[in-house]
Amino acid sequence: MSSANPKPSAPVLDHDKVADQAGSGSYVANFEAKDSPLTRFKKFLHKYPVAAPTIVLILAIIGFSAIIGDRFLHPFNLSLVLQQVTIIGVIGVAQTLIILTAGIDLSVGAIMVLASVVMGRMAIDHGLEAWLALLIGIGVGALTGLINGSLITRFKLPPFIATLGSWNVFFALNLWYSKSETIRSQEIANNAPLLQWLGETVSFFGARLTYGSLLMLALFVLIWYALNWTAWGRHVYATGDDPAAAKLAGIRTDRILLSVYVLAGVVCAIGAWVLIGRIGSVSPQAGYTTNLDSITAVVIGGCSLFGGRGSIFGTLIGALVVGVFRNGLALAGVDVLWQEFTVGILIIVAVGVDQWIRKGTA
Amino acid sequence: MDQKGDSIMTAHYDQQPVLEARGLVKRYGSVTAIDHADLTLYPGEILAVIGDNGAGKSSLIKALSGALVPDEGEILLDGKAVHFGSPMEARELGIETVYQNLAVSPALNIADNLFLGREIRKPGILGSVFRMLDKKAMEERAQAKMKELGLMTIQNISQAVESLSGGQRQGVAVARSALFGSKVVIMDEPTAALGVKESRRVLNLIKEVRDRGLPIILISHNMPHVFEVADRIHIHRLGKCAATITPQTHTMSEAVAIMTGAMEVNSDSAAA
Repeated sequence: MSSANPKPSAPVLDHDKVADQAGSGSYVANFEAKDSPLTRFKKFLHKYPVAAPTIVLILAIIGFSAIIGDRFLHPFNLSLVLQQVTIIGVIGVAQTLIILTAGIDLSVGAIMVLASVVMGRMAIDHGLEAWLALLIGIGVGALTGLINGSLITRFKLPPFIATLGSWNVFFALNLWYSKSETIRSQEIANNAPLLQWLGETVSFFGARLTYGSLLMLALFVLIWYALNWTAWGRHVYATGDDPAAAKLAGIRTDRILLSVYVLAGVVCAIGAWVLIGRIGSVSPQAGYTTNLDSITAVVIGGCSLFGGRGSIFGTLIGALVVGVFRNGLALAGVDVLWQEFTVGILIIVAVGVDQWIRKGTA
Repeated sequence: MDQKGDSIMTAHYDQQPVLEARGLVKRYGSVTAIDHADLTLYPGEILAVIGDNGAGKSSLIKALSGALVPDEGEILLDGKAVHFGSPMEARELGIETVYQNLAVSPALNIADNLFLGREIRKPGILGSVFRMLDKKAMEERAQAKMKELGLMTIQNISQAVESLSGGQRQGVAVARSALFGSKVVIMDEPTAALGVKESRRVLNLIKEVRDRGLPIILISHNMPHVFEVADRIHIHRLGKCAATITPQTHTMSEAVAIMTGAMEVNSDSAAA
């Protein structure tokens, strides 16, 4: 720390120097130079929110391949991991959008299941064209998002409470509309194969990717573009970061929030299509854990629950970290309960790291 | 930067005022926050607005920046009557406000903050259909503005605002107002949250903006700062203008005396 001071030391008046060192801030201060390696690492993590989960993912892959060997690293196994995280990934996209605005959505899983039931019943029970059933399902997703968004922007309910309520409401509606009955896979395959299309696979060098996984990756790219390359995306970050400042800058934060919840609803409905492809049937009981799993992926992916900070690709990495740990532990023959244990530890560590990063640099 | 003596020469008191408020009134129930207040801002000047707490200066400023709609009176911009329903409308007419609480988004970078709410899109189909931001154009304009205002020692235009000191953040807020303010910049207590050294830099920056031709309304509690940079000082008392003085004709203690009502002034004779 004391040895080399790379700060350009032009002849400076003594009191100026003192003021600089006292940290009263100055335009000549060089921000990177005087930090310890640990602080620099912290700033690096702060600047690149994807870095921390990526490091964990790489270490996990190295670790599991050392323990398990080729069976883990086989393209088929890796593509299996990708298939297993596809639904969490899609719903994670929706959850990321909401967490970036400093909100949280507990109803994402319920929206997905409700939309899948609507898609299934429209196509099978009402005999609509499959594409039309899909569109209606997506419309239901948008409507549920609109309800959540309105509760939060119009009635000023905290997102946690608003979506806790709507979670129960949407889940009850789903049981009512489905009559708690499952639509069998065979029936869908005969009448509306389009609903299952995302479950079909393509092969690359021994890896088997589903169209659902490809759609998930496309969604990540699309939302990444919207968040980083459009004014809307900048406004989402600004709204989550400091709503008062965003308002003073002329951003209509309520409209941004509403658009985020509606978009999240649409993404959840796309998740419903992926879900039908993955399990083949339409079940009102499916995907019940998706709510919390999506939050897990977002948090491990380095998004701050305080809003305004994080990257959409972090969520993909976060979902993959969870998928790799589950898959690796299963292949190593570890009991399922230790998978849950490990995921729990990962969440706590991720939030701890976020707090640590925010503390010194914000 | 230039001295007090020269700076008064840059203002043009023979010209038409840029911004003029006449007989503004704002009542909240039985309380009259603004009581037939007048204010005149000439091209190229820094007009400081001072007043005791509760004198109604923040209501007056809110009326001028569009955050409050007065009950009576008129606001003239370049001699034409204008009416603002919101801060956005005032902003569209070229009146920018720098808020006391440093209204910047900490996690966004400098260029993003400068253009927040007024982003530039790419030309052609990329911008119109794909809504793609022209980051390069925004960064270049941000860079140019920061350089013009002598803020280019902030090394990287794409660094997050939260990595900046308080004074540098204020610099970003001022640069934003200078970038978009075509007529008037209103600054509400720009040095209130800053240390001595940082305040100095912000004061220099304010003079810099003025010297580039933008007239400024500066609200401040800090008498030495006001007397250092202001060309004229509008003293607000009991909801209206008690006097308009200059740092050359009055002392700080006289200004305080007028502000508190200990001294009466015939306001017309005092103004330049």
